[in-house]
Order: sequence, then C-alpha cells, then structure tokens
Amino acid sequence: MHMDNKRKMLTGNAAAAWGARLAEVDYIPTYPITPQTEIIEKLVHWINNGEMDAKFVALESEHSMITAAGAANVTGVRVFTATSSQGLMYGFEMLYTVAGWRAPFVMVNVSRGLSAPITLEPDHNDILATRDTGFLQIHCETCQEILDSILIAYKLAEDERVLLPVIVNMDGFYLSFTREPVEIPDINEVRRFLPAYDSRHAFFRANQPLSQGVAVLGGSVYTYFKYQMHLASRNGLSVYKETAKEFGELFGRFYGVVEEFMMDNAEYVLIMTNSFSTIGKAAVKKARAKGLRIGLLRIRVIRPFPETDIQEVLRGKKAVAVLDQNISVGKGGILFSEIAGCMYNERERPSLLSFIGGLGGKNVSPQEFEFIFENLQKADKTGATSAPCLLYTREEWHGMENLKKIAGRNP
Amino acid sequence: MSDSTIKSIRDIPSHENIYPGTPACAGCGGLLSLRHCLKALGENIVIVNAAGCFTLLSVYPYTPFRSSWLYTAMACAPAGAQGIRDALDVLIKKGKLLPEEDLKVVVLTGDGVAYDIGLASTSGALYRNVDFYYICSDNEAYGNTGFQASGATPFASKTGTTPVGEMNPLGELFYKKDLFEIWRSHKPPYLATISPSHPVDLINKFEKAKHYKGPKLFINLSPCPPGWNTDPSHSAKLAKLAVDTGIWVLKEAVYGEIRHTVIPRKFKPVEVYLKEQGRFAHLFKPVRQEDALCQIQSFVDRYWKEIQN
Repeated sequence: MHMDNKRKMLTGNAAAAWGARLAEVDYIPTYPITPQTEIIEKLVHWINNGEMDAKFVALESEHSMITAAGAANVTGVRVFTATSSQGLMYGFEMLYTVAGWRAPFVMVNVSRGLSAPITLEPDHNDILATRDTGFLQIHCETCQEILDSILIAYKLAEDERVLLPVIVNMDGFYLSFTREPVEIPDINEVRRFLPAYDSRHAFFRANQPLSQGVAVLGGSVYTYFKYQMHLASRNGLSVYKETAKEFGELFGRFYGVVEEFMMDNAEYVLIMTNSFSTIGKAAVKKARAKGLRIGLLRIRVIRPFPETDIQEVLRGKKAVAVLDQNISVGKGGILFSEIAGCMYNERERPSLLSFIGGLGGKNVSPQEFEFIFENLQKADKTGATSAPCLLYTREEWHGMENLKKIAGRNP
Repeated sequence: MSDSTIKSIRDIPSHENIYPGTPACAGCGGLLSLRHCLKALGENIVIVNAAGCFTLLSVYPYTPFRSSWLYTAMACAPAGAQGIRDALDVLIKKGKLLPEEDLKVVVLTGDGVAYDIGLASTSGALYRNVDFYYICSDNEAYGNTGFQASGATPFASKTGTTPVGEMNPLGELFYKKDLFEIWRSHKPPYLATISPSHPVDLINKFEKAKHYKGPKLFINLSPCPPGWNTDPSHSAKLAKLAVDTGIWVLKEAVYGEIRHTVIPRKFKPVEVYLKEQGRFAHLFKPVRQEDALCQIQSFVDRYWKEIQN
C-alpha cells in the first residue's frame, strides 16, 4: 500500500498514543494492564527520547492512577491516561469522584471482558459499567477514529459548557493490536483545533486558595451538583457536534454521534458499536446484495446518549435489532434497554429485537448475522419480539462439550 | 537544626491558619495538633484529605482553612498529592505558574486510612519520593463512623467492632500496627510522631522537616473523647499521660535514622493512662484483668528496654 509521510500503519494502541502526543498533554499517570500497555510504553518511550514534553508517572494501582489524573487536572494541567477492564473496575470509585470534580481529562479504555472467568478479549461490560459516572463516552471502530476521537475528546471535555472527563473506547485485540493505515495530523493544525489547556474553573495556586471536592450535607445541595453534571453532559451533545464539525472541516474526517451505514431506504436496522461493527457492515452489505433493505446504525457517542439522533434514524423502520456485546446478567443487553427507552414515546416505533453476541471476543459469524436478519423479517410479519437472544453456534456448543469432557465433567 | 527552632510555648506563632468554629468534636486531639501543624506549615498549602473525621471540616460552602483543599476518597489521598505535586511542577517548569505561587502539598487523614485502606497508596508515594507532607491523626479507630477497630487500635481496647462480652472480655485482641516502622522501612527523608501535649516538639519537628525534599510524615496521637469515652477537657492531659507512661513514643527518623525527642525521666505506669478511658474500663471493672494490664505494661517496657540497647 502506498503511503505518504503523514500516513503510518498503526495499531489501535499506537493511534491512541499518537492522540495523546498530538494533544500535547502535560501529565500521564499510568498503570499497566493487557491489552492497554502498549499505549503507555509508547508514550514513555517518546518522553525519554525528548519527542514529547510530558511528565510520566507509574502509580501503584488504577485507583491511584485515576486519582492522580483528576488531581493533576484540577491543578491546571492537561492529562491523559489509559486502562482496561479490571483496571477500570479497580478504579471505579474514582471515576465518579473525578467526574464530580469536573476534571476534563481524557482516558482511553481498551475493552476487555470482565472476570470471572478471567479473560483477555473484548466485550463492553467494562465500559458500559461506567455509563452513569459522568464521563462522556466515544466508542471507536477504526484506528484512525481513535486518534481523531482523542483530539475531539479534549476539545469537548475542556469546553466550559461541558467540563467533564471523556473516555475514548476501543476493543482490545481486535482494534488495540490491529494495524491500519492512520493519517497523523500535522501538529500545527492540531494546535489550531485544540489550543493549550487554560484551566479557569479548577486550579491550585498560592494567591487564590480554593476548596475542591468538598463534602455536602443534605440532599438538595447534592442534587444541585448532580443535576449540574447531567445538564453539562447533555450540553455535550451539541458541543460534540460543533467540535466534530470543526474537526471535519480542518482534517476532512467527519464523525457523527452515530454513524449510518447503508441506511438509504432501509426497512431494517442492525445497531452495533465499536470494532465488531466492521463485520456487521460486511453482513449488511451481503444482505443488501440479496435484496434485503437493511442498514447498520453504529452508536459512537454513548454518553451523552443521542436519543434524538437515534429516533430520527429509526423512525418508520419495520424492525430493529440491537446486537449488544455485553450482558447485564439477569436482564440482557444494556444498549437494547437504552434504545428501547428512547423509542417508547415514538408514535411509529419499529419492532425491537435484542441479541447478545461477541462476549469475551467471541466471533459473530456470517450465519449469526443471517439469523438476526431472518428474525428481523419475522418480527415485522408477526409483530412478535422475544427475550434477549443469546447467540451461540452449534460448532461452539460442540467445542464446549469437548472442553467439559476434558475438564472431567460427566455428561 | 534550623534557625527557627523554638524553645517554649510562648514562641509558637500566634498566626492562625485554621479558624475556630469547626464541626470537630469538643476536645478533639487531632484538631489540637492540626492547629499547630498548620501554624508551622504556613498558609501556602493545599490539603489533600481522605475520608475521615477531618473531611467534615470543609463542608460546602464553608471552610475553616486559609489554604486550599481537595477531598479525594478514602484510599488514595497520597495519589492525589502525587497528581497535585506533579502538576504544580509541570506548571512551574512550563512557565505557567510563578514559583512564588507554589504550594506545599499536605495529606491529612485518620488512622483507618493511614494504617489500613490507604497503606498501598502511601507506600507508592513514599517509593516515588513525592515531595509532600502527611499528617495522620491517629485516634486508634475508625472515628467518623462511630469508633470501630482499625489497624491502629491497641490491644484490649473496646470499639464498636471489638465489643466486650462473656466470650471475649478483652475487646481488641490484636496489637496496634507499628506504622512508624512500616513507613520508616521506606527510608523517607523525615518521619516523626507528635502529640497535642507537646506543641514545642511538634513545631520543631515541622521546622526540621522543611529542610527535606520528599515525603515528610507525622503521626499524631489524637485523644478522641467520644470514642475513648473521656472528658473533652482532659484531651491534652491524656496525650501527655500517653507520653509520660511511654505508651506513645515521641521520636523522629531522618532517612530511617531514629532519634527519640522526648524521653520521660521516670515512666508512669500505663495503668494511669488506661484507667482514665472508658474504652479500657473493662480492664478494671467489674474485675481487674491483671494479665491484660501486665501484657500492656510489659509491651511498653520491652520497647524502652530494646531502644536502650
């Protein structure tokens, strides 16, 4: 493949590191975890070579890492950090805390299934567990999107109408370790888009003492601050659109809060997020070739939740399948509930089907997509929707039966 | 020794950096010392607090401090100190903050944090040689939740989670962790114990600590009237009894080298300290628990004998 100077073959992790480098972050508190570690190794390598002017520190846990990130950010510097899965859970308490501090930094999460059983490959239980914390969330499908989303995320977070942290999410292995051609924007253009951070709402300095993160007593004070966060996050929708538009005009790459794929004249819709959307798009393309009028809707910004944009896309459709790469044990798909919630008051609501797939990186085969599409058509005819459908192929079932035999489980 | 070493209580700066009217309990031994600590530290500080009694000093929209404040969470105040210190350094280095705008970073926690849940984050900050102060107000239990046993709770103390009853007439069965030694094993530049009964010793320790870059740590024995079940007006007296009986040892360690700063001429029996407090009342009534009292006394004796060798 021909590539000019600006284009490089980068893994998702390297693209994330480039995002932080181009954002000229001041401070990078870290803790290693697979599959995120390549990001922080790359950053400290650049710092040690003098290619990046930032302070790097290795903390003793993600809990401390997120604390240091928030504390440095509310002292007045631009901060980047990254984690994954168990690490995100270990630091969970501090996600709420730093969002409450209104610390507008950016964190990359490299999605990975949660223990137990302990595993390495991706699903979205980790990232979706953080949906109520106050962090805004951008979910990426490609390596280019990771780099670009980090730059957009800083501008979004630091906007005074928002002032909340942002998580940029990518799938472990499928994106973190996949090399794709990535265009690395020119630093001067990035500086035009994203000026240096000037923290006016949070700082520590001698001549202006400030109490931050103080306790409150009583529900009305607590509620006031929580509502403020919610409204700021909701502001994030229009600020995101402004910011992404500006980014697109400067760099030629446009990113909506949602992405519509082959949605022209679509009667059926498959909803997905993150890197598995690529195989979803391939399946949609194949079904289109066979004459099925189907499109794919990829949700990119999950917090703030883009209800209106989703409603507009789904309005008048016959049936919609939400493929959740997560499982709320005892309920089903997390995004299904959110999509259903935003469609309930629509007058022309499509049938809504829930599928669970891709847990712990499990493949979603072309046959499984075909199965989803058949069900969409059936649902349209019968109007019947069902409980969440747990995707699992016959081959996978037989494979598992074999493993159980080896593990000593009698049939 | 620094020029600003003081000799008497009259030399303590009159300037206050924490104002009265806080929600702390009457006779809080932690607050008595904090007032002196802040006199020594000056007003250009940022206090990084972890969950505990002192969290309630700063409740929106009020603060009793002249200085800045950040409440973190329970386990991670030293990591908060790391972030602030690093950020201030970065800002100064990049010319975005004048050096005279710099702040001392001061972690303020209780013993539940310092001895238990925050031990790992403190160890991390010590290992990384963060330039910060740490003040631990040790009232020997989780005070803010109503006095439950922590790693700092001494043998035979009654607490909410070490009640005294037929099956266990002693209360706490474990010995207090030696946090001074845990912290000293990291060889921090400065480490000391302090007491509200010895403000001159306290001020001089802070003055000495100022000369070192890196972690400077202080453990204060904080008489706690509601938890210890003592008269609020006796807190300073009790703190002094703790020193006079040798159960609370006033010392310092510079890069791990220990020096005892106050050695009583004649040690009082620990009993006089214990019997003042409701949390040890079961050792005296309804029957005197001689074995337990001997055990506590011999523990203290052994310490002082060992350091003489």
